[in-house]
Amino acid sequence: MSLVTETRTATMAQALNSALRDTMREDPTVHLLGEDVGQLGGVFRITDGLAAEFGADRCLDTPLAEAGILGTAIGMAMYGLRPVVEMQFDAFAYPAMEQLVSHVAKMRNRTAGRLALPITVRVPYGGGIGGVEHHSDSSEAYYASTPGLHVVTPATVGDAYGLLRASIASDDPVVFLEPKRLYWSKDELDTAAAVAPVGRAVLRRTGRSAVLITYGPSLPVCLEAAEAARAEGWDLAVLDLRSLVPFDDATVCEVVRSVGRAVVVHESTGFGGVGAEIAARVTERCFHHLAAPVLRVTGFDIPYPPPMLEHHHLPGVDRILDAVAKLQWEA
Amino acid sequence: MTVLDHRPTAPVPGWLPGATAPRTDPAPLLPDPAPVRVLGTPELAGYRPALLRELYRRLVVGRRYNQQATTLTKQGRLAVYPSSTGQEACEVAAAMVLGEDDWLFPSYRDTLAVVGRGVDPLEALTLLRGSAHTGYDPKATRTAPLCTPLATQAPHAVGLAHAARLRGEPAVALAMLGDGGTSEGDFHEALNFAAVLKAPVVFLVQNNGYAISVPLTKQSAAPSLAHKAVGYGMPGRLVDGNDAVAVHTVLAEAVERARSGGGPTLVEALTYRLEAHTNADDATRYRQGEEVTAWQQHDPILLMERELRAAGLLDDAAVAAATAEGEQLAARMRTEFHAEPTLDPASLFAHVYAEPTSQLREQAEQLAAELAAEAEQ
Repeated sequence: MSLVTETRTATMAQALNSALRDTMREDPTVHLLGEDVGQLGGVFRITDGLAAEFGADRCLDTPLAEAGILGTAIGMAMYGLRPVVEMQFDAFAYPAMEQLVSHVAKMRNRTAGRLALPITVRVPYGGGIGGVEHHSDSSEAYYASTPGLHVVTPATVGDAYGLLRASIASDDPVVFLEPKRLYWSKDELDTAAAVAPVGRAVLRRTGRSAVLITYGPSLPVCLEAAEAARAEGWDLAVLDLRSLVPFDDATVCEVVRSVGRAVVVHESTGFGGVGAEIAARVTERCFHHLAAPVLRVTGFDIPYPPPMLEHHHLPGVDRILDAVAKLQWEA
Repeated sequence: MTVLDHRPTAPVPGWLPGATAPRTDPAPLLPDPAPVRVLGTPELAGYRPALLRELYRRLVVGRRYNQQATTLTKQGRLAVYPSSTGQEACEVAAAMVLGEDDWLFPSYRDTLAVVGRGVDPLEALTLLRGSAHTGYDPKATRTAPLCTPLATQAPHAVGLAHAARLRGEPAVALAMLGDGGTSEGDFHEALNFAAVLKAPVVFLVQNNGYAISVPLTKQSAAPSLAHKAVGYGMPGRLVDGNDAVAVHTVLAEAVERARSGGGPTLVEALTYRLEAHTNADDATRYRQGEEVTAWQQHDPILLMERELRAAGLLDDAAVAAATAEGEQLAARMRTEFHAEPTLDPASLFAHVYAEPTSQLREQAEQLAAELAAEAEQ
């Protein structure tokens, strides 16, 4: 809960900033660290004003070294602090992969539960902002396939606030994936109402024909596709996963069983991706309720393209509707 | 008020504002011109006899511990043992210089230092026995888990020391590394962070000559590993790693420097791994017998016993007592490691997350059902 309850129009970036500020006011053990997070407020301004309010000790401009940042955060967490790390861009988080996989994810397990690492690793991810090479990766599959990590991604302004607060409060490490092309999306933010539990999917739109299962940057695309589908006579539900780990099998299966058709949409590459896992899980659990195979609409299996070509790569409304059309309606 | 103090550097004559001309005189950071030694020098007379006898006792018991652990691998009671035989001076001194609230960040070769912190050998060796990743409580013992990915624990030591400093608490962290580990990126990042944050941390590099088979000449072209400190803006120290008194002295000075706000120190201890990398390694494939023989003459226990006896600080009774204590420890290790460990398959799922996910609960039930079916057969 925030100290000051308020409802206002906010961008996702502002909601994230508020979540950090409110958490830091309440919990003196919360420390931010990352590149340019201090005086500059981060390249996306998510930490804007926090160094001024909480001081350089709690909003630390670190040397430019991601493994060092996360490794330092691990030691801080071992001593009782609750670090929130900012990775500047998705692809810049890779140098920290060993610290993340070998230590952050495993420390609780390695120590039989004696040493937890309540670290939140914030990663701006995904494309669609015209970023040049190494600024648009969707790296969720790497994180989601690493036991010990929670992987959370908001798609709305309210969830950005609520899920970030829940992630920092978690005693488990959380990779918090921020869809950077939604940083400037606006909505009403009621900080008191924006509580979002980690691990629960939410139905953003009800529908009876089929469900689009998605998360993060693809949610607005799916909502747009569902709206366009009405002209084709399809009444599409849209499910926002919000959390890839823990994965909300119960809600996903409930929705799929009720509509019988599903398309998974994400902008990350398809092969070995989160969508493949979802399609398999749904098929394993809901086979007799399915009227058609679960289809995937994903980015192509290519390195992220140059910005002038990225619109060919990113799943759009037409590609989603093409997939919906293939859901064996004649049966 | 902040603990961190990063004031802009003073303008440098002849440079533009904000330009970063050399800001620190490197001379005081340079390592000792020759490895620091105390044994065999007049300095030894200045030391408390009780400290010297305690170092000797721990060396003797530590050697026996190493021998017994290697024997246990041959009996199938340990899965693997990376021995610190020949490096006991570093292991013993690292544990001794730390206070109860200080933290040790060991690598996999440093179980002897972990035991030196008061951890029971049975708990210190679960990783190498194969029964549990970490057998001791890191928080209760202020001893991080044994670290296998090289140098990755070094930034943890920095972060912990940094947190202690932010909280105004006097804890110091000591990270134990090897010569091979200094090539890792995490070593570089840890030292850089430590110096920038002025973290109360000590890096002990045991340069034992080889990273498995690769000699130092293929690992680094630095004048010495201690010289690397200068590039980060911290002092480097060079010490004879088989001279337990010298290692203890240099480490104690570094710990005191860290505790009093002086920041980090890099210590390179020149030592030698008398045994192979692990029991699974064959050292004869990459090094010669004469080299090993030379180092056997520079054995840390041999040096200590000779010098203490010469100084009249050690008699036959003290030697016999230390030897007997080592035998007692070895006997206890034999008894305890020949008993089967208690293993609980359900524990596989217990500590992945604070609360198991629904998927893990399903998998735990699956394994339980498999085990129940097995038990019925």
